[in-house]
Amino acid sequence: MDNQATYNYKVVRQFAVMTVVWGIVGMLVGVIIAAQLVWPDLNVHEWLSYGRLRPLHTNAVIFAFGGCALFATSYYVVQRTSHTPLFAPGLAAFTFWGWQLVIVLAAVTLPLGITSSKEYAELEWPIDILITLVWVSYAVVFFGTIVKRKVPHIYVANWFYGGYILTVALLHLVNSCAIPVTLTKSYSCYAGVQDAMVQWWYGHNAVGFILTAGFLGMMYYFVPKQAGRPVYSYRLSVVHFWALIFTYMWAGPHHLHYTALPDWTQSVGMVFSLILLAPSWGGMINGIMTMSGAWHKLRDDPILKFLITSLSFYGMSTFEGPMMSIKTVNALSHYTDWTIGHVHSGALGWVAFISIGSIYYLIPRLFGREQMHSVKLMTVHFWVATIGVVLYISSMWIAGVMQGLMWRATNPDGTLTYAFVESVKSTYPFWTIRFLGGLMFLVGMLLMAWNVWKTVAGQKPYDAPVLAPAGQHA
Amino acid sequence: MSDFVNGFWSVYVTLITLVSVVGCGVFLWVQSKAKATAASADQVKTMGHVWDGDLEEYNNPLPRWWSWLFYITVVFALSYLAAYPGLGTYKGAFGWTSKGEYEDEMQQAEAKYAPIFAKFAQQDIKAVAADPEARKMGERLFLTYCAQCHGSDARGGKGFPNLTDNDWLYGGEPEQIKQSIMEGRQGVMPPHAHLGAETVKDLANYVRSLSPDKLAYDSARATRGKEAFNTVGCAGCHGPDAKGMTAVGAPNLTDSIWLYGSPESVLIETIGKGRSNKMPAHKDFLGEAKIHLLAAYVYGLSQGGTAQK
Repeated sequence: MDNQATYNYKVVRQFAVMTVVWGIVGMLVGVIIAAQLVWPDLNVHEWLSYGRLRPLHTNAVIFAFGGCALFATSYYVVQRTSHTPLFAPGLAAFTFWGWQLVIVLAAVTLPLGITSSKEYAELEWPIDILITLVWVSYAVVFFGTIVKRKVPHIYVANWFYGGYILTVALLHLVNSCAIPVTLTKSYSCYAGVQDAMVQWWYGHNAVGFILTAGFLGMMYYFVPKQAGRPVYSYRLSVVHFWALIFTYMWAGPHHLHYTALPDWTQSVGMVFSLILLAPSWGGMINGIMTMSGAWHKLRDDPILKFLITSLSFYGMSTFEGPMMSIKTVNALSHYTDWTIGHVHSGALGWVAFISIGSIYYLIPRLFGREQMHSVKLMTVHFWVATIGVVLYISSMWIAGVMQGLMWRATNPDGTLTYAFVESVKSTYPFWTIRFLGGLMFLVGMLLMAWNVWKTVAGQKPYDAPVLAPAGQHA
Repeated sequence: MSDFVNGFWSVYVTLITLVSVVGCGVFLWVQSKAKATAASADQVKTMGHVWDGDLEEYNNPLPRWWSWLFYITVVFALSYLAAYPGLGTYKGAFGWTSKGEYEDEMQQAEAKYAPIFAKFAQQDIKAVAADPEARKMGERLFLTYCAQCHGSDARGGKGFPNLTDNDWLYGGEPEQIKQSIMEGRQGVMPPHAHLGAETVKDLANYVRSLSPDKLAYDSARATRGKEAFNTVGCAGCHGPDAKGMTAVGAPNLTDSIWLYGSPESVLIETIGKGRSNKMPAHKDFLGEAKIHLLAAYVYGLSQGGTAQK
């Protein structure tokens, strides 16, 4: 490749901008359903009812917002760390338009009530086929770029991106196996408790491979880049990478504690969830320790603030997760809002924060600018979002523990102390706080959108020249 | 009952689980041994690879506390799998099962609480209804098991009878109430669309004319409706005087209580399409002793007792 060649930034730009757009859409739907829990009268129409919007929210934030962020960053990182433009640019363009089509179809079908009713895999079979096509193309582009890399070693971020791409293909194919009845209705290949187990094998690994491994790939590029420091430990990255991807596969049964799932399966799921603690923390340690020698930069660099705070939330939720998988704890936490709090400390605190930090890093570089339009506004975004997350998760923790305790309280005669509806009534104040926290997070995203707009408006798209590999040892 | 179709799977699960758990520990151990060669004395060196201009990696050794955390979870996993079921059909040293735990808890609860309920089960329902402690217990049971349909104030809703108004589809004597809860009730109003839209409308007007609420109705239609009422079979269940029949759960049409509503359009729907309603049986679910208390509580409500607001 001669020095005139440039990286393929076009597809990165497209995905980066859509990350912000879908982030706003997904979080807006989240705020709406949070409001519906506080004010049930807001369920104005079946299309906009809680039951229809909730899967739209989860799909939009995980696969539209998170998905676009992963596409954007993985395409950016894999070319730059392979010192070569993307393999098969036509296919890369297809992944963008195909993925947007998937998202639009989801946004139409879910409110209409067209659903396979499998959590985080609600989309019906024709959309599942489209996802498969996009995903295979994604794998071809990503691994094709790795194959034609100009450096002997594959950078650690790419292991994580690669692991996530391969595993999501496997998860999607196995869990979405269904027998179509009509264009909009299919039935799962599995039945009963096996269906539940396959579903949560998928569901938990969606968390493990999309929301953990994928975003760790992001972390391994953007943290050392923005801190200007080498990754803390290659050895640690090797150990925690293999341990993480190996152990995650086993952890799904903890979603089915105290159900019809056989006892032995529950036990195996629980012990592997606990083993998962150290491998998960390996990523946090490697990220945070990379900062040593650069902590002063945290003071006035909002991008680093986002990245490092995301690692703290990551550490918190990956500690909380194994604890919640312990049967005795799960007996209290399961089915309560504690689970919702746990998920959001991961989804907002970790996934969204690291994505926001990375997108703030990318946007100026993709449009030939030094920095975002307003650094100050990025800092405001950081604080608004942080307060939002803290309000969100602390209200849900308190609500969850309260619900769990209320549900199990009994009178001296063995009758329940609280009727279910009393626990609902007691949760209203916490749902209101959660709504406010979510709203603040959304406001932060709107600030980001404005900032991105001001950064991008009038700028020409910029494609950086391919960098020659340097300093390689044989 | 086994979770496995044959013995192979139990061995397979046991082996793959043990190899995986132990493998995690061995992998960590092997990788920790390798650190000595990588980290040099005081100057921490990078791995010597550079990506994208300035991306490098140190090779610091694994944090000791982190390795210990990892080892501890592996040891815990093995101990847990020795103590609890997890390795195929191996039952675990403690012999614990979720079914066993459930049965134990239920047995303990039975031993502890049954005498409390048994005391009231001996008494006449009317006597139980007069006992403040029993009423309190009945209310708690009601709020847990009945409020979902009948409301926490027991005033019901569309299709769900109000239990406080002393109007009874199946009779309001204590034993009848108890029977309703024990065995459930299946209420059926057959559809009468075959009579033709005009006759159905006539009947609806006649029914409205019976109410003491002075509902508006077309008197010509009501007259024709009255005739139809006695000839097409309505009287068979609702009685010639339209005062209903508790033996079949047919409601009294001459009072101001409407299970589905009194507007003409609703009555046309009720008569034309019929209604089907179900009170589930609770005998196997709650047991007679609790139902005895519930029957007393509900009976008390109809006798002027107050439900929770």
